[in-house]
Amino acid sequence: VATVEVVTTGPDEVRRPLGVLLHEWVLTVDHKRIGIMYVGMALVFFAVAGLQAALMRWQLSVPGNTLVGPETFNRLFTMHGTTMVFFVGMPLVFGTGNFLVPLMLGARDVAFPRLNAFSFWLSLFGGLLLYFSYIGGPGLYGAGSAPAVGWFAYAPLTERPFTPGTSTDYWILGLLTSGFGSIAGAINLIATIVTMRCPGMTFGRMPLFVWLLLMAAVEVVIALPVLTAGQVMLLFDRYLGAHFFDALAGGSPVLWQHFFWFFGHPEVYILILPVFGIASEIIPVFSRKVIFGYPVMVAATIAIGFIGASVWAHHMFTVGMGAPLNSLFAASTMAIAVPTGIKIFNWLGTMWGGHIVFATPMLFSTAFLFQFLAGGLTGVMLAVVPFDWQVSDSYFVVAHFHYVLIGGLVFLFFAGIYYWFPKATGRMLDERLGRWHFWLFVVGFNITMGILHFAGLLGMPRRIYTYQTGHGWDTINLVASLGVIPQALGVLLLAINIVRSLRRGTPAGDDPWDAWTLEWATTSPPPEYNFEVLPLVRSRRPLWDLKHPDDPDWRHE
Amino acid sequence: MNAVDLPIPSVFAPVSTPALLIRDLSWLMLAICAVIFAVVTYLLIHVIVRFRASRAPVDREPPQVYGSHAIEVAWTVIPLLIVVVLFLATARTIFEIERHPLPADALRVTVVGHQWWWEFRYPDLGIVTANELHLPVSEPAARRPALLRLEAVDVVHSFWIPQLNGKTDAIPNHPNRTWVEPLRAGTYYGQCAEYCGTQHANMLIRVVVHPRGQFEAWAAAQRAHAAEGAAPGRAIFFATACVNCHTVRGTAATGTFGPDLTHLMSRATLGAGVAANTRENLRRWLRDPAHLKPGVLMPAMNLSDEEIDAVITYLVSLK
Repeated sequence: VATVEVVTTGPDEVRRPLGVLLHEWVLTVDHKRIGIMYVGMALVFFAVAGLQAALMRWQLSVPGNTLVGPETFNRLFTMHGTTMVFFVGMPLVFGTGNFLVPLMLGARDVAFPRLNAFSFWLSLFGGLLLYFSYIGGPGLYGAGSAPAVGWFAYAPLTERPFTPGTSTDYWILGLLTSGFGSIAGAINLIATIVTMRCPGMTFGRMPLFVWLLLMAAVEVVIALPVLTAGQVMLLFDRYLGAHFFDALAGGSPVLWQHFFWFFGHPEVYILILPVFGIASEIIPVFSRKVIFGYPVMVAATIAIGFIGASVWAHHMFTVGMGAPLNSLFAASTMAIAVPTGIKIFNWLGTMWGGHIVFATPMLFSTAFLFQFLAGGLTGVMLAVVPFDWQVSDSYFVVAHFHYVLIGGLVFLFFAGIYYWFPKATGRMLDERLGRWHFWLFVVGFNITMGILHFAGLLGMPRRIYTYQTGHGWDTINLVASLGVIPQALGVLLLAINIVRSLRRGTPAGDDPWDAWTLEWATTSPPPEYNFEVLPLVRSRRPLWDLKHPDDPDWRHE
Repeated sequence: MNAVDLPIPSVFAPVSTPALLIRDLSWLMLAICAVIFAVVTYLLIHVIVRFRASRAPVDREPPQVYGSHAIEVAWTVIPLLIVVVLFLATARTIFEIERHPLPADALRVTVVGHQWWWEFRYPDLGIVTANELHLPVSEPAARRPALLRLEAVDVVHSFWIPQLNGKTDAIPNHPNRTWVEPLRAGTYYGQCAEYCGTQHANMLIRVVVHPRGQFEAWAAAQRAHAAEGAAPGRAIFFATACVNCHTVRGTAATGTFGPDLTHLMSRATLGAGVAANTRENLRRWLRDPAHLKPGVLMPAMNLSDEEIDAVITYLVSLK
């Protein structure tokens, strides 16, 4: 039986010239470096999308504001949504997946390392292509710049009579490019998980994070090609005289909505499942307890994945599908609340009776539980079709999905950064700055998005660049905008924390959190080959077994 | 422009049958969700306070509990039952609203979404107007619901008057229907709720619900041809491109791209609600519509100040 070396190795202090560094990173096929680049890409685009959000909130802080005009505002929300979903959320899925899955499985790398690098560069260049629209859009036609069709790009607004010029093409081509990267990345992850598990690592012993990544990757393979197909059809419409979505020539705008949401709703689960995985790793470690009900958690994951592929038309309750279809999609949407509820209860069960340590990763995870509960319940409300007829496309929906995607996804992203930064870099992030980051962000986020529910209930639609006074929306919008300030400060502290800790953070050692999954059995940062010696895997918590030979997990599972 | 004269368009201040049905269902839904939220939040706070590490022995791991079938079955079955109840209530209201039997003499209105204004056609009354939907009040003894057919000529729009009903999309090549039954006279606010391009934000709707007996008077006035005066601006209006897009019924102006101007001055606002319909705003609008509503499809006609004044004199005669 191999043992874990508990040697505190400091990070590599040797400074290398920039050319060498660049060479190492650009040409790398190492899953850890690719993972870190994905996460870095997500952080940079997160900052950009955050600035766009701040500008929009500034514009909406008072009625009749003229900070930006309608075209600029419409570009802002289009780019904000597209960026957050495709160039923050997706790289986050593949970044964490890339870095952690091989380590957690005790593998040397992913199944197809070169394809992996190719996927990353496709994603990055897809994002750059989208942003090049700011320069290239007006350059060619003198019409438009960045796309202004919304992240959902509803036809026929995307047809050439309504969006001439090339801005919409940048949206299509940028996402097509990154989409191929995502599909290849997902196939790679599935292949890795199915074939590269180390001896003893059966499916039933995989960390929950890996299970959730597996389900997310399966959803990518199911959903993303549908968007790709829709986008190719749209390109045909725009340049080859096809009429798939062109209503004036007999095409169907509703068809685009089906294509888009058949991708778009599973996409939400693609984004949220991996961070559920993050929560499922962090909550047990900081509660000092094994995850409560592992088999049920796996079953709930699979249920969410498959039910999640059958709820898409709940984005379309207002298009006139008729009572039977509306009822059907209400049923499938409400059904998904059951496995999601199971997850929340099982996390709660994990914390129950534990010795909970509220370090920064756990703070973010705990706030996630509250916020995801709220976002989940408003999600159930939106499945109540008649209520959805009222608040669909209003600020209630905006508040709802920000509770899920910021309150859920971004909070757990932050939790994951604080948790695995020591493994990736060999240094701890500063705990005091982390706490400040947490409190500023949690307060600001809940001010902004909490109050915006009420704007929607008072009839304020989304995607409007201005509004008139007298509807009862003024105070709500001002407060929501002020909530941006603490959030921005919080993110600034994270940036400072990362830069400072990279240089002179406390050395982390192999296993700073006293955790139980395989990634903590190697050095921080891990060597390129990951493991010198693999611990024996006889249970879901191989390191627990090592640390507690008197009472190992495999006796109980 | 502001809307201080209108009630707040809250979904919890319904004045129409379908909106009332939705409100009642919403209270049930909110009550159920509030109870779930309260219970789970209480449990979470309890866990956070009770099981902090600072309240635990330092050097020992807590007992490891791997799961419990009884508890897990409980928190699967209970939510399932709640979901079933909520679904049944939802389905009932869906059918109640979508399959609602309307009287045969319900007022029929065709609502057409344009980039960025609304056209309202009353096929049985021979009326065409814009941006202000006029309806009769409905009373238990004499129900007057309105059946709305929703169309769009360009891109997808969505028709939403929160106090009257939830929204239904107006989709080109895909006509939809919805209905409202206002039970109280007054003016209600709504706006386009599906992103439709540059001026999506200024595609506003006013619904004027007339007290008993007054709708007929309004309809009669609208049905009449324009009471045009022979203002000097009339010649300019007819010699300029105005007539290509606008209709003034009873004249040679028969354009349909822009709002019907036959009874322009009976409307409270200009540019689909972007400004009050005053002489001063008419002047600003004619000088450069994009100044009031950036991106609007109506071009500036490059008229001189004198010509604009003359055209305004003509327009204000369209009562």
